[in-house]
Amino acid sequence: MLNRRRLLAGTTATVATLGAGSFLGSIKALAATVTLPFENGERPMAKYPQKRPLILQTSRPPQLETPFSVYNEGVITPNDAFFVRYHLAGIPLDIDPAKFTIEVKGKVDKPLKLSLADLKKMPAKEIVAVTQCSGNSRGFSTPRVAGGQSGNGAMGNARWKGVPLKTVLEKAGVQAGAKQVVFGGLDGPVSDKTPDFAKALDLDHARDGEVMLAYSMNGTDLPMLNGFPVRLVVPGYYGTYWVKHLNEITVIDSVYDNFWMKTAYRIPDNDCNCVEPGTAPKATVPINRFTVRSFITNVQDGAKVKAGETRLKGIAFDGGKGIKEVVVSIDGGKSWLPTKLGKNLGNYSFREWHATVKLPAGAHELKVRATSNDGKTQPMQALWNPAGYLRNVVETVRVTAA
Amino acid sequence: MKASMRLAAAALTLAAGMGLAAMAQAKPLKITLPEETAAFKPGTNREVVMNNCTACHSADYVQTQPRGPKFKKDFWTAEVNKMIKVYGAPIEDADIPKIVEYLTENY
Repeated sequence: MLNRRRLLAGTTATVATLGAGSFLGSIKALAATVTLPFENGERPMAKYPQKRPLILQTSRPPQLETPFSVYNEGVITPNDAFFVRYHLAGIPLDIDPAKFTIEVKGKVDKPLKLSLADLKKMPAKEIVAVTQCSGNSRGFSTPRVAGGQSGNGAMGNARWKGVPLKTVLEKAGVQAGAKQVVFGGLDGPVSDKTPDFAKALDLDHARDGEVMLAYSMNGTDLPMLNGFPVRLVVPGYYGTYWVKHLNEITVIDSVYDNFWMKTAYRIPDNDCNCVEPGTAPKATVPINRFTVRSFITNVQDGAKVKAGETRLKGIAFDGGKGIKEVVVSIDGGKSWLPTKLGKNLGNYSFREWHATVKLPAGAHELKVRATSNDGKTQPMQALWNPAGYLRNVVETVRVTAA
Repeated sequence: MKASMRLAAAALTLAAGMGLAAMAQAKPLKITLPEETAAFKPGTNREVVMNNCTACHSADYVQTQPRGPKFKKDFWTAEVNKMIKVYGAPIEDADIPKIVEYLTENY
């Protein structure tokens, strides 16, 4: 049910923090739009079930983007603001968790059919982890590429609770010779000719103790559009592996080669996972861990700020090593200043950072750059690949101090 | 497999072994998605596009793609071919040039 008061409140907040012009008009129409900062970037705001108004990328299958201002609210992304991305339009809208089962099959000694109750009886674990769409920020890719044209809001950080996949695989008894584990969910194609969505992980990764079957997100059930009642959590890995409405786990003794592993979600197989813009890679590998990224969240591009001391804050994350350092620049990257890191919620979480800088009157280019504990950092110039994945260029926010 | 079929299969397999504990689980969740608002622009062959594309995705999948001289006939030809070859869209050969023409002219 659409809650009018809530919708109004949400829309007001969103438009106000985006600093857009005539927000009164937008509220009246209940059809606010936002313009993502790239060509053809105008999108409607839309209210979906269990969600506050989010940026509507596409409606069927649904892709909803988190307004960037949400990341300034805290390092945990609220469930009602968490981005949504499906591949295929046959999505479940009506699930009775009492009838839901997860089948564990294939190269196992004891195939299982686990109910949600079975799962909840097993020892639980919690982890705070970011999930980010592989195509997050694709709209900024230069030259532009086909696909979902997201701004920077196809990412979110949540506290996941569930059962390690390792525990489930041990219960089933993985047989000798097993190589990979394949994951399928209730969502599927509308045509039998379309490849069903399924993803695979190497066996060692699948049973590393961190990959998890999560039934709780930020202390409550997962929203339907984020994978109710159970989704796979693959800390540090792009969202494509975080299979929603998880109901099939199949252990195989080969390397899974469906469309979604073999053709889609591939990155160039070289050190930078990049190629000369506009060219094709010689060889590719499946996309895997996040690149290290950081953002300023409390100052918008184009903002006017008071000259003098200004507090900057934001978030940083990487593929699981954790953030070692975040530095900021107020002179377009000529010199860098240290920041203080906020509370550490674990190596897979957003890490808050803050700094106080002095901005003389005039125009400034603010930049932020994170380094992970394994020494990886962000490039000053964007790297490019044909699918527009892995974007992690040092972000720039232009402000005028007066 | 379609979601409805999977759910039916899941329900059948459960009928035998489900205990009372499982019955005490979280409540069923049912949502209704808002109506689609994006529409294909008026233009020649719009109907061909409607007939071939909208079974699987909404118009905003087209609407949000990059614009400009590099995103014209070659781009849309590649996209339509991807829909046929990769996603198995049952598009008749005669419709392909009509769809490409419509997309190139209007987006």
